[in-house]
Parts: sequence; structure tokens; C-alpha cells
Amino acid sequence: MLRRQFLLSAAVVASAFAAYPAAAQETVKIGLILPMTGQQASTGKQIDAAVKLYQAQHGTTVAGKKVEVILKDDGAVPDNTKRIAQELIVNDKVNFIAGFGVTPAALAAAPLATQAKVPEVVMAAGTSIITERSPYIVRTSFTLPQSSVIIADWALKNNIKKVVTLVSDYAPGADAEKSFAERIKAGGGEIVAAIRVPLANPDFAPFLQRAADAKPDALFVFVPSGQGGTFMKQFVERGLDKAGIKVIGPGDVTDDDLLPNMGDAVVGTVTAHMYSASHPSQMNKDYVAAFEKANNFRPNFMSVGGYDGMHLIYEALKKTNGDTDGDKLINAMKGMKWESPRGPISIDPETRDIVQNIYIRKVEKVNGQLYNQEFATFDAVKDPGKADKK
Amino acid sequence: MLTILFDGIAYGMLLFVVACGLAVTLGLMNFVNLAHGAFAMAGGYITVILVNWLGLPFLASLPLAFLFTAAIGLVLERTLYVHVYTRTPLEQVLFTIGLVFMSVAAVDYVMGSQQQFVSIPSYLQGQINLFGVGIGRYRLLIIAVCGLLTIALQFSLSKTRFGSRLRAAVDDARVARGLGINVNAVFAVTFAVGTGLAGLGGALGAEILGLDPIFPLKFMIYFLIVVTVGGTSSITGPFIASLVLGIGDVAGKYYVPQFGAFIIYIIMIVVLIWRPQGLFSRAVAK
Repeated sequence: MLRRQFLLSAAVVASAFAAYPAAAQETVKIGLILPMTGQQASTGKQIDAAVKLYQAQHGTTVAGKKVEVILKDDGAVPDNTKRIAQELIVNDKVNFIAGFGVTPAALAAAPLATQAKVPEVVMAAGTSIITERSPYIVRTSFTLPQSSVIIADWALKNNIKKVVTLVSDYAPGADAEKSFAERIKAGGGEIVAAIRVPLANPDFAPFLQRAADAKPDALFVFVPSGQGGTFMKQFVERGLDKAGIKVIGPGDVTDDDLLPNMGDAVVGTVTAHMYSASHPSQMNKDYVAAFEKANNFRPNFMSVGGYDGMHLIYEALKKTNGDTDGDKLINAMKGMKWESPRGPISIDPETRDIVQNIYIRKVEKVNGQLYNQEFATFDAVKDPGKADKK
Repeated sequence: MLTILFDGIAYGMLLFVVACGLAVTLGLMNFVNLAHGAFAMAGGYITVILVNWLGLPFLASLPLAFLFTAAIGLVLERTLYVHVYTRTPLEQVLFTIGLVFMSVAAVDYVMGSQQQFVSIPSYLQGQINLFGVGIGRYRLLIIAVCGLLTIALQFSLSKTRFGSRLRAAVDDARVARGLGINVNAVFAVTFAVGTGLAGLGGALGAEILGLDPIFPLKFMIYFLIVVTVGGTSSITGPFIASLVLGIGDVAGKYYVPQFGAFIIYIIMIVVLIWRPQGLFSRAVAK
């Protein structure tokens, strides 16, 4: 008897839950999952600031619905990401999950996005494979092959043929190393040594010595942005700059967030990336000014990923007239084009990955401050990681 | 080749400077102080504030980092640590790891989560060339500081009156008290020196190891390895251990990079199988 009553009440409760989503939602919820603590915290801080700035500038109402952002900290630990994403989808009934500071975090949430048909907007993580893991993933950041291939092209053009690659030993590092090496070899260049550095490595000395012994024209470097400064300091300490070895790489080494404190060691470093705080467009000048006013620090490439991610969500909602059906939203996002602080960008309708300009920049001192000054542009670069597979 | 040896020695010395404070608190005082890295981090951030914000010369900020961290250590010892001296090691571990997490959160809140860079003077940057061997000036400084420290520590522990009092206080606090030794004061001073050394290590290490709020967690394993491999009853033990580990780590990463990150653990395991008490240690009589 008791058991039957229990089952009955359980059924009632269950049906009440099932009925809940059918009741019209007046608010659209975005579950923003970011590393706000731990080693990747600067990524979280940048994106969070950009999302707040976007909402301050564009309001919190879209297509008649209120947009609410729920910020959660996963500390860049994929297990946390998965649990938080699940809680957000099941308990908070979010209509989007967004953020994702590192590749493993974005991948951990992918099956949930597929299962719940909730769009996953990747605002930071940069490994090529991410968007292939779920038809509901859209990316507004960048992929590492995008900049690695471009810097290889640039190096070949500038007669840099002998290169040592030095990357952190994790998925994005491997991605950067592979796409760079393939491109440079195809162009007649040579990789004289491929060095992988453990991710939690305190001292670059032995790896830099190896690089120096190989006597290359240039050193291709990818380390997580937090380690860029330490790396550059040790590079100069070892006298590699005086030995005529150039540092090239994707833009993480000279992250705008850390660049002002790196010291003159980094001047002259040439990198390829999709955003620099000194990008010379009016839109970017306004963006940097508003961002610095609100936060007291400089926006970096992570911040534009977050800013454009919000734009993508807002515009998709406008297109669907506030309808939050996952498939409709994803369809609305495919092929969308807009002007971002980093320049013109669009979402590739086939891969749901970002298509954007990649700029070649050199670190220079402007009014006493270090900036990545752009001096060449490669237009509308698609993710080469996926083009390879076709 | 010789450059690698030099780098290894310098890295080992750096490990020693950061870890010798732990050899003092954990080794001599028998107190499991996992918060050691938090004091090292404090020294690093004090240096950042002194050098980058207040414009003090880098070399002058090193003793100040020692003094400030020692002062913090003294205050914490008198207010918090003194209550856990007699507790079980597990309670000490829980207590100090809690302190680590609090320090991480506090530094994150006050200084921000980004990497900090100490601006070191130009005469410490770059390399000098000695007989064809490239020698980093900053690493040379680390070796010099470390050499002086080792001599000073070894001397004060084995030859001075304070050293004998400390050894007496550690071995049997009750009898030592009976002999008129102010055990509390001895412990307080020793702890302050230990934390001060951590601070100095953090100040020197920030340039090479990097400095951010998770510093104490990131490098805890290294401090512990040095002290475990070296044994806890002397200063020479951790000193030799630091050198072996430093050279092993750097050479391993240079010659067999595919195993680079594991060399330090392999050395630790081999040493501990061979000598479970550490390289230089008397057997514990308990």
C-alpha cells in the first residue's frame, strides 16, 4: 500500500517535471562554464568580463525574452565541467552552454550538448577536433592550426627554413606542432628538432639548450598563455636572441593579458593570431576603451571569443524570434557573418567553426607599452585541421 | 654538455633554496608543514611588490623577502602552529594543507590570478661565456646564495649554542625545559627562520619557476621530494639530494626528453628503495 502511494506520488512529481519545459519560458538562460580559479583563471576572467560588457552594451532582452547568464567555475577540470554542464541543463534548464577554457572541458560537455540538444558555444578552447564531437557545438574563438599554418607560410616567405618546434605536451600543442610542421615541410623547409615540454614544467632550460644546439633560423613556440612570459625570459637569458634565432608561433606566447609585464625581452617576436588589442579598426578601439574602463586590464584574444560568442547567441535568438529549440538555434548560427573587434568573421556552415582573418604581428613598444602590431593579413582563414581530412 | 651540467646544478640549488626551509621545519622540528610553498609564494609576491611597485633594487629585496616572510611565519607560529605541534601528523597535514588553500584564494583575490614577473636588473640577465660554457648570470647568483646558505645553516646547527638547544628541544622537549631551555622561543625562532628561507627561495625562484597563486600546490611535490630523498636529520642531506635531482632532471629532459618529466620520480624511487630513510639519515628510534 505504502509502496503504491510512493510510486503514485513519484509519478506525479515526474510528470510535473516533464510538463515544466512546455510552459513558456520567459527567460533565456546561458550556462557560462569558465575556469575562474586555477591556472587558466585569466581565460575565465577575460571571457566573463567580455560577456558582462556585451550585456551592458546590448541590453539583457532579446526578441522579447530576458537573457540570463549563469556563471559557473570549473577550474578547467573536465570532470567538473561535465558535472556542472549536467546540473545546468537538468536543474537550471539552460538553453545554451558556453565558455570552456580548455579543450578537455569543451570535449567533456560535448555528449551532453548532443543528448540534450543544447547549443554549446565554445569561446576559448582551440583544438581542431572540438566541433566534430557534437552537431550542437559552435566555436567563436579560434583553432590552433589556423594560426600555425599561417605562421608557417609567413616563415617560408621570409626565408626561414630551418625550424625547431617547441610545444607544450598536450592536445593543442600537438595540434600546433603537427599543422606547422606539415606546412613548413610542404614548402621546402625543415624541422631540425621537435621538442615537447611537459605541461607542468618549471624550467625551460634543458629544452632551450636543445633548441640552441640545433642552430635553427627560428624557434616555433606554443605554450599555454600563462607560461609565455617565463619562456621568453629564459629565451633571452640563454642568449638565443643574440644567436639570431627568431621566435615565431601562434599568438599565445605574447598574450595581450600578460604582454605589458613581460619586459623588453619579447620585442620583435613575430606571431600569427586572430586578435590583437591594437587591431587598428574603430570598432576595436571602442571595444578596448570600453573594456579597459570597465575592468582596468587589457582585453586579449580570449575576451573577443567571449564577446563574439554572446553576439552569436543574441543574433541567433533574433533569427528564431526567441525560439529556444536547439536545432533551430544551430541552423540560425550556421553561416552567420558579422564584424567583430578582431575584424570580419563568420561561422562555417559545414563545420560550425569560425572563419576569420589571421594577422601577422610583431611585438613593438607603442607609447611605452608593449603591443602586438599587425603588419600582414591573411583573409578568411578556415580551420586547416578539417580541410586536411577531406 | 657543461652548460647542461651548470643548468642542472643551478636548478638543483634553486630546489635547495626553496626546500631547505622545509628541511628545517619538517626535518628538525618534526612538523609536517605542507604550507611551506605558501611561504615561498609570499616571498615571491613580496619581492614583486618591493621591486616592481616600490622600485627597490632586486638584491636589496632578497633579505627583505626573508625578513617579511619570517615575520609572517613568526606570527602564524605563535597564533596557529603552536596548537598543532603535539598533534598527530595527519592533523598537521590537514591543518597546513588548509592554510595552503586559504593562501591560494587570498593571493588570487588580492594580486589577481595572472603570472607575475619580477623585473630583475640588467646585470643579472643574459649569459657570460666561461671557457666556451654558457653560464646564466642569474643562475650563478642562485648558486652563490645557495652556497652561503648551506654553510651558514650547517654551521649554526652543528656548532652554535642555539643549534644544540634546538636539537635538545626537538629530541625531548620536557627534559630541555627542565634544563632551562626556553623551548617555545627556540621553536618560534626556528620556525621563523624556516619560513624566512622559504620566502627567500620564493623570491629567488620566481624568475625561473614563475609566480602565480597556485605556486604552493604546483611545487609542493618538489619540496617534498627533496626532503624525502635527502633525509631529514641534516642540511647536507637535502643539499646533496637537490643537486642529484636538479642535475638528473635537467640532463634527463635534455637527453631523453620523451621521459623528461619522470626522471625526478625515478631518482626518488631508486633512492628510497636503496635508503628508505633518505640519503643521509639516522634511523628513527621511536
